Amino acid sequence: MSNQIIQGILLGGYYALIACGLSFMFSVMRIINLAHGSLAVLSAFALWFLASRFHISPFLGLAIVLPLMAVIGWALQRFLLERSARGGALLPILTTFGLAIVIDNVLFEQFGADTRSLAPFIGSLSYDSWEWPGSIFVGKLAVIIFVTAVILLGGLQLFLTRTGLGRSIRATSEDPDTAGLVGVDSRRAMAIAAAIAMVTVGLAGAFLGMRATFDPYAGATQLLFAFEAAVIGGAGSLWGTLVGGIVLALAQTLGAKIHPQGFLIGGHLAFLIVLFVRLYTSGLGLRGLLRLSAGKAS
Amino acid sequence: MSVSAVIERGTAASRAAGIGIAAIVVLLAVAPQFLSAGMVDRMTALFIYVILAAMWNALAGFGGLVSVGQQLFFGLGAYFAIRLANAGLNPFVSLFVSAIVVGAVSWPISLFMLRLKNGEFAIGMWVIAALTHLLVNLDRLIQGETGTSLISLNVYDASTRRLTIYWLALASMTALLAILFGLLRGSTGAAIRAIRDNEDAAASVGVRVTGTKRLLFVLAAFGIGVAGALWLATAITFQPKTYFNVQWTAYMIFMVLVGGIGTFEGAILGALLFFLIETWFGGTGVWYLIGLGATALVFSLFLPRGLWGTLEERFGWRLLSVGYRVRLPADEATGGAALPANTTTHREKA
Repeated sequence: MSNQIIQGILLGGYYALIACGLSFMFSVMRIINLAHGSLAVLSAFALWFLASRFHISPFLGLAIVLPLMAVIGWALQRFLLERSARGGALLPILTTFGLAIVIDNVLFEQFGADTRSLAPFIGSLSYDSWEWPGSIFVGKLAVIIFVTAVILLGGLQLFLTRTGLGRSIRATSEDPDTAGLVGVDSRRAMAIAAAIAMVTVGLAGAFLGMRATFDPYAGATQLLFAFEAAVIGGAGSLWGTLVGGIVLALAQTLGAKIHPQGFLIGGHLAFLIVLFVRLYTSGLGLRGLLRLSAGKAS
Repeated sequence: MSVSAVIERGTAASRAAGIGIAAIVVLLAVAPQFLSAGMVDRMTALFIYVILAAMWNALAGFGGLVSVGQQLFFGLGAYFAIRLANAGLNPFVSLFVSAIVVGAVSWPISLFMLRLKNGEFAIGMWVIAALTHLLVNLDRLIQGETGTSLISLNVYDASTRRLTIYWLALASMTALLAILFGLLRGSTGAAIRAIRDNEDAAASVGVRVTGTKRLLFVLAAFGIGVAGALWLATAITFQPKTYFNVQWTAYMIFMVLVGGIGTFEGAILGALLFFLIETWFGGTGVWYLIGLGATALVFSLFLPRGLWGTLEERFGWRLLSVGYRVRLPADEATGGAALPANTTTHREKA
């Protein structure tokens, strides 16, 4: 059992990784990007394409794909979200949903319905494991993912609190107009935030491909995982996202133990229970469920 | 200049449209006499699309609630119909009892979900749809993704079945549109449009925002439940994956966004366009879906009012008028509706 708990905690690292970009973008732009999961799958396919066609290791491929994801994030904000956000809070939902449909089906058109994985391209890493005291075996990849998540969340936290750019992003997330009055270029801050968010999405997509399989329509599930982890983690600091990811993963592990089909059900139920408790205990205001407050954590 | 304004609830065009619609419904009712079996099936699909578009529009366009989880009610409509028919209820009756059950189920969901806002509501509904899909899979009768069929419908021969479903779909569509129209035109309609235009301002003048939204939520759930049950009746087979597919919501969004979100006529126009596009391009498979997504994306960016909303604003068209028009005498001289910008009517897009 303790073995499963450890596996669950490590899986939580992956969920934190995919969730942090979603809640980060929501905090800064008040937009839930429904194409979030599809973009992660896009990154996984890009790495798979580089590996299978040009024999570029997925880790090396990140050097190409992550900058590309940053450009995609920047363009997404400048050309789509900025414009659709002017039409109110509802329009970006429709815009990003349309984008998700386009990405999913273009991937399907290009790569077909086959299930892919990056595991064949990372050598023995996909199945290597360390033995911990008490004859517990932990996968090296799972540990790498978890450590990456911790480093990424910590780095993001430091960036937001310690750098000028991070402060201007935080100022924009508090109030873009007032931030503009004191000389923050909020358009630029938002575009950079979107680029950063997409880099985290790209990284999450890479790990999705390494630790499991994916197909062109896998984006929706990843979006739901990201959303659930972010909501469970709550409006604390970015570290809340890590807690949310771990809780989600543990609930799924528990669900799978109770019933063979219980993996996803366990996660969804945990999400709804947390949501229920949060809705009825806190006077949840306009700030919303996903809002991070990096400022308070500093 | 002191003027005495005339308040109207329709235009000459909208009165003519009323008569026209009655004629169309009568024509559609007798149409199967002249149509091939395949055409009858296609028309049934069209009626179901109109229901889906109108119901999603009621929720998003009038209630300001964008949901990407409406496949929940579509799937449940079909699932409960299977369950009721399996319990011995007449299959045609179970279609509608099922929709009532869906409406009843949506009530407790609304208590919970309506506390969420915008994107959180949208994706929260998706989570509920995904969870319900998984739970329905656990039902032994459904046998997981293998699915089952509405077997009891087989006691009717094929042509009786086809015609009955056609008329049921036509009647359901007409009734649901009439209910929505009545709702929007009545006193609730003023509240609904006030919420659509500005929720906070509406609340501040005493509009019961949550109650009105809940009404729309339950109505949309019921209507989409009817659509799901009718779809089951035409398809016979029930595979959870097909019915709880987010694609249904994608279709609804496409229809409403292209037709004109927040306009009564727009949803119908959108459903018609979607039906034609599907008929012509549905065979192209994945490119068809890419096209749908891209069109929705482009409309949300460049024509967020949709086709009808844009036309209505530019020309002051009003066919199925649910709002009020204030016509100033100056307008009458220039032909009334020609100058909608001089009236307050352009705010009343409903």
